[in-house]
Amino acid sequence: MELCSFLTLDSFITDPLTHDFMRKALLMSSLVAAVCGFLSSYLTLKGWALMGDAVSHSVMPGVVVAYALGLPFSLGAFIFGVGSVALIGFIKQKSRVKEDTVIGLVFTGFFALGIVLVSKIKSNIDLHSILFGSPLGISLSDVKQTIFISLLVVILLSIFRKDLMLYCFDPRHAKTVGINVFFLHYLLLTCLSLAAVVGLQSVGIILVVAMLITPGATAYLLTDKFDNMTVISVLSAIFSSLIGIYVSFWFDLETGGSIVLAQTFIFLFAFLFAPRYGIFKLKKLFAGYK
Amino acid sequence: METINYQNFRIEAENICVDYNGKVALYDANLRLKPGQICGLVGMNGAGKTTFFNALTGFVNISKGKIRINGESVRSAQKDQTIAYVPQNEGIDSQFPISVWDVVMMGRYGSMNIFRSPRESDVQAVKDAIERVDLTDHLSTPIGNLSGGQRKRTFLARAIAQRASILLLDEPFSGVDIRTEKLISELFIQFKNEGKTILLSTHDMIHVREFCDLVLLINKTVVAYGETSEVFTPENITTTFGGISPDFLFGPES
Repeated sequence: MELCSFLTLDSFITDPLTHDFMRKALLMSSLVAAVCGFLSSYLTLKGWALMGDAVSHSVMPGVVVAYALGLPFSLGAFIFGVGSVALIGFIKQKSRVKEDTVIGLVFTGFFALGIVLVSKIKSNIDLHSILFGSPLGISLSDVKQTIFISLLVVILLSIFRKDLMLYCFDPRHAKTVGINVFFLHYLLLTCLSLAAVVGLQSVGIILVVAMLITPGATAYLLTDKFDNMTVISVLSAIFSSLIGIYVSFWFDLETGGSIVLAQTFIFLFAFLFAPRYGIFKLKKLFAGYK
Repeated sequence: METINYQNFRIEAENICVDYNGKVALYDANLRLKPGQICGLVGMNGAGKTTFFNALTGFVNISKGKIRINGESVRSAQKDQTIAYVPQNEGIDSQFPISVWDVVMMGRYGSMNIFRSPRESDVQAVKDAIERVDLTDHLSTPIGNLSGGQRKRTFLARAIAQRASILLLDEPFSGVDIRTEKLISELFIQFKNEGKTILLSTHDMIHVREFCDLVLLINKTVVAYGETSEVFTPENITTTFGGISPDFLFGPES
């Protein structure tokens, strides 16, 4: 907290809490961060960063259509999120185009559709808040949806924690001992879509993928134990959300961007100073050999 | 302990075919193995060895033919934990944040409850398995910090903990140290005496002669199959490796 020494630490933390919208933003963003951070361990280990980006962008038309029809936006987002993955799988199987190309073209297609729909459907959709998130302006119905979805994802991940770890680590063994790999694949995709849906409220569609990979990547540099990785991932995600919101409050910055930047800085810190896998640890090692 | 009928076939694969999106990886392959038999699976890279394993474990679907494991379907073999697969070292992510203990415990997952919470018996099975591969000093070591041989032994322990009666091993001797090689050889003899059935792929001709009662030479389909002493001839090996003589491939001493 040195960077704002003109404030006392006390007032830095407590002043924003006098505002109702800030209390809500801090709470909801922490919840969302925890959910995304939990999932993040699996996505980074599975190597699904691009998939996370694809799903989070593809939910855009779903959100727009749902708003236009007066449905819960999470429903539309979910349908398009899972739909995009199904489409990616279909095109990959039926054509000779490489997977990363297919992922790229499908999600940009969906995203473009979303932007076109926003411009066509005259409604009170705030494009800016979809693209960049609006944790400070979250509505009561959104709060309920977010809590519901977050709990659902946390419960699913908790029940299938070990199976999902095995699925990421060695799907062949999972299949050999009779564990339903097909189910786990779609469970992880479902959780990914749901997490993208809640995550986009905090940081927006464009940056939500950061919520889904950065905390996991940070934690991966800090530990060799899966359970610890999950805990570190969740904690670093929550911590960055809190920091991001406070900083954006005091310095009048874009909130979503601030949250993601905070995550990036924590990652860089781990990248440089992680006890085992950090850059400077390596340098010391090399110096020792010379 | 179940009693083993040494006359019944453990593995029966009849005319199996596997294709990936129209590309044929394996066709008209046959294999029959009984309890206590060790069979070597020999072929070039891309000859369908891993595909054969995948078909037996049910990781890929066969497009034609029939597979019976202990006279039943692959699906019920999966449920009964009948088959254990020991992957190649290259086939696993060695940087995955997981310890030796956790990997071996995965051998018990199939017979645990939905939360995969270990019972007393699971803990004991894992302990015993780790002891058999001589890794008791490395229980909580992350697999990334193990040597190639230790990692191989970890996955072997997982197969032991699973108490499978059929072991499929993909290149069990590649990239391992002498000590591990010796330990694996000893384990093979124990497994054989316990009536387990072993199918192993290998590039090393010496190992085939040393351990394998039977050998299956494949190149997309079965080139030759039978007793090692009869089938493992220079001519058959040459055919399997697309006309290249074994002397050239493995040196004159083999």
